Amino acid sequence: MKRHTLSVLVENRAGVLSRVTGLFSRRGFNIESLAVGTSEEEGMSRITLVAFGDDREVEQVIKQLNKLIDVIKVSDLTERERVERELALFKVGAEPGAVRAEVMQIATIFRSRVIDVGPKTVTLEITGDSDKIDALERLLAPYGIRELYRTGRIAVLRGQKTVKSEK
Amino acid sequence: MTTGAKVLIEGLLRQGTKTIFGYPGGVVLPIYDVLYDSPLEHILVRHEQAAAHAADGYARASGRVGVCLATSGPGACNLVTGIATAYMDSIPIIALTGQVPTNLLGNDAFQESDIHGITMPITKHNYLVTQAADLPRVIAEAFYIASTGRPGPVLIDIPKDVSTGEVPDEIEFPTTVSLRGYQPTVKGHPRQIERAVDLLTRAERPLLYAGGGVILSGAEQELLALAERLGAPVTTTLMGLGAICGDHPLNLGMLGMHGTAYANYAVTECDLLVAIGARFDDRVTGKIETFAPNAQVIHIDVDPAEIGKNKPVDVPIVGDVRHVLAQILERLPEGSKTGPWLARVNEWRATHPLTIRDDGLLHPQYVVRTLSELLDGEGVIVSEVGQNQMWAAQHFCFKKPRSWISSGGLGTMGYGLPAAMGACYARPGEQVFLIAGDGSLQMNIQEFGTIMQYGIPVKIVVLNNGFLGMVRQWQELFYERRYAYTELPPVDFVGIARAYGIDGVRVEERDKVRAALEAAIAHDGPFLVDVQVEREENVFPMVPAGAAINEMIGSRQ
Repeated sequence: MKRHTLSVLVENRAGVLSRVTGLFSRRGFNIESLAVGTSEEEGMSRITLVAFGDDREVEQVIKQLNKLIDVIKVSDLTERERVERELALFKVGAEPGAVRAEVMQIATIFRSRVIDVGPKTVTLEITGDSDKIDALERLLAPYGIRELYRTGRIAVLRGQKTVKSEK
Repeated sequence: MTTGAKVLIEGLLRQGTKTIFGYPGGVVLPIYDVLYDSPLEHILVRHEQAAAHAADGYARASGRVGVCLATSGPGACNLVTGIATAYMDSIPIIALTGQVPTNLLGNDAFQESDIHGITMPITKHNYLVTQAADLPRVIAEAFYIASTGRPGPVLIDIPKDVSTGEVPDEIEFPTTVSLRGYQPTVKGHPRQIERAVDLLTRAERPLLYAGGGVILSGAEQELLALAERLGAPVTTTLMGLGAICGDHPLNLGMLGMHGTAYANYAVTECDLLVAIGARFDDRVTGKIETFAPNAQVIHIDVDPAEIGKNKPVDVPIVGDVRHVLAQILERLPEGSKTGPWLARVNEWRATHPLTIRDDGLLHPQYVVRTLSELLDGEGVIVSEVGQNQMWAAQHFCFKKPRSWISSGGLGTMGYGLPAAMGACYARPGEQVFLIAGDGSLQMNIQEFGTIMQYGIPVKIVVLNNGFLGMVRQWQELFYERRYAYTELPPVDFVGIARAYGIDGVRVEERDKVRAALEAAIAHDGPFLVDVQVEREENVFPMVPAGAAINEMIGSRQ
């Protein structure tokens, strides 16, 4: 079992996401992370999907994804040189004073931005790979994380390589 | 201006559809109003499930796309089993469903069900049409998707306001389809073809394992040419019966759970297994680890997802079976060296034949064999599911492709009667026989009404043993004969048939079987033969679930 990162280029149509995720749920795979957005090509969306599975199972899912009429291209990025990014928002308990100063200091070290300040809370925005966000979460935990929002991971191949339709 | 409903029917006619099977209801009224004076023939079934199976039987018997139509909600849901049946066996059908108007979608409106969502995992593709002007494109795409690549069912869900929606008269019907996410591979990769030819040339004990893909792609001549040039025996799956003539000396019949002993031994001993449009289903392979343990494997299939799914493959070839076999034949030299191998296979054939007891009692296999003799490879045999299906598969000599119609992958009881109706429309003038069990027949017996209404000339042979026989067999063998809920009380099938205006005869003795079947063949119109067979007859040989396929029980020496 290992973590696989898949990049799926699809037609931007109602029901596509349901078709894609259905292939995972049918096999009892939990999708760990999912990000969907439009792409550089008109009418196409990009899905970045992270799931656990053994290589054979994941190979079968990729083949099944390729069979979907609305799927244009599937790439397994797992073994390839890539950059992954995720965005997270932390709402942390931080009363004015020493505690707030500490939280702000941690934010600075992580190059995290403060996007909102309330009487008793500070909200931080951070982008990075999952490890970086996990690390920030551990450091902020003692102050009381009121809410945590994580987008799904997105990934892009390094250099000139792309995940595009063949035409 | 014209309407969505008119465009829909016009689109079907342009695709060459002549007959559809359906059942009306509220939201399909606009479509039925167009059908009222359309040249498209509509057959009114008695339950929507039968409409889907009839479209499927029509497709299997003709090689063309079958079409069924149902209303929203319960009508659409009743199609589901039929759509799943077609999906598992890669059969091209179009299922048209009515839907509540778009402004009520998701509103729990009367007779609303999310059939688009429900059928996502059991269709090759499906559509929820939201604008009438999309219909010409959607119909063209649906037929193209259903019938190309690995065929399969496509559902089109049509809200009532789309059917009534206005469309300009000059709307265009596309004649070509281009989909950027769907480009099936037709030709095999030249490098893999070379590798296959190399293995085929060197093999001493080759075996061809042919599945439904051979029939779907029309590759029977290429299959025969390959078998004869190599001198290789051929075994077929349930879906592949008819791909090679049943009495050809290289034909070993069916393999797998109820395959012939000699086919299963050949799989175990072969040094090269060529899977052609087959998918290594668990009913074929038994314990997968010991399936073809001494063989290298060439796997030819149009669906890349099938290759390597269940069994590791040495030479994968993605492409249409007929094209790929032709490519192989172009390069494969003449000259066979399989003499000793064929001698061995024929020895197994002689020592482990499929037999029936000759004790004067009325065994179901005898009924099948007699029918096989009488029809001599002509016409279409449709089966239900269970023991009747396996006896038909084992003992009928199929001589042509599309002469055998059976629910293989899903194993749908109740499939046979409506599928046989569809086959009658696909092959007018030919004998269409249904081989049924008393259990399966009662699952869609309401279709006697349809058969009566249109005089559909289905000949029905009931192998009546008063049991859900296959389940009873498993209870006998694996559950200490504890026959939990598998015994069925006697039913007067001839009486039921007569009530629907269908002639029939009941047979209780072996000596009367032949005359009854002859009467059925001679009868102009539907006919039923209710044969009281030995009640606790088993289907043998049998590979117990999970065992290796050479570990059969009930194979007589």
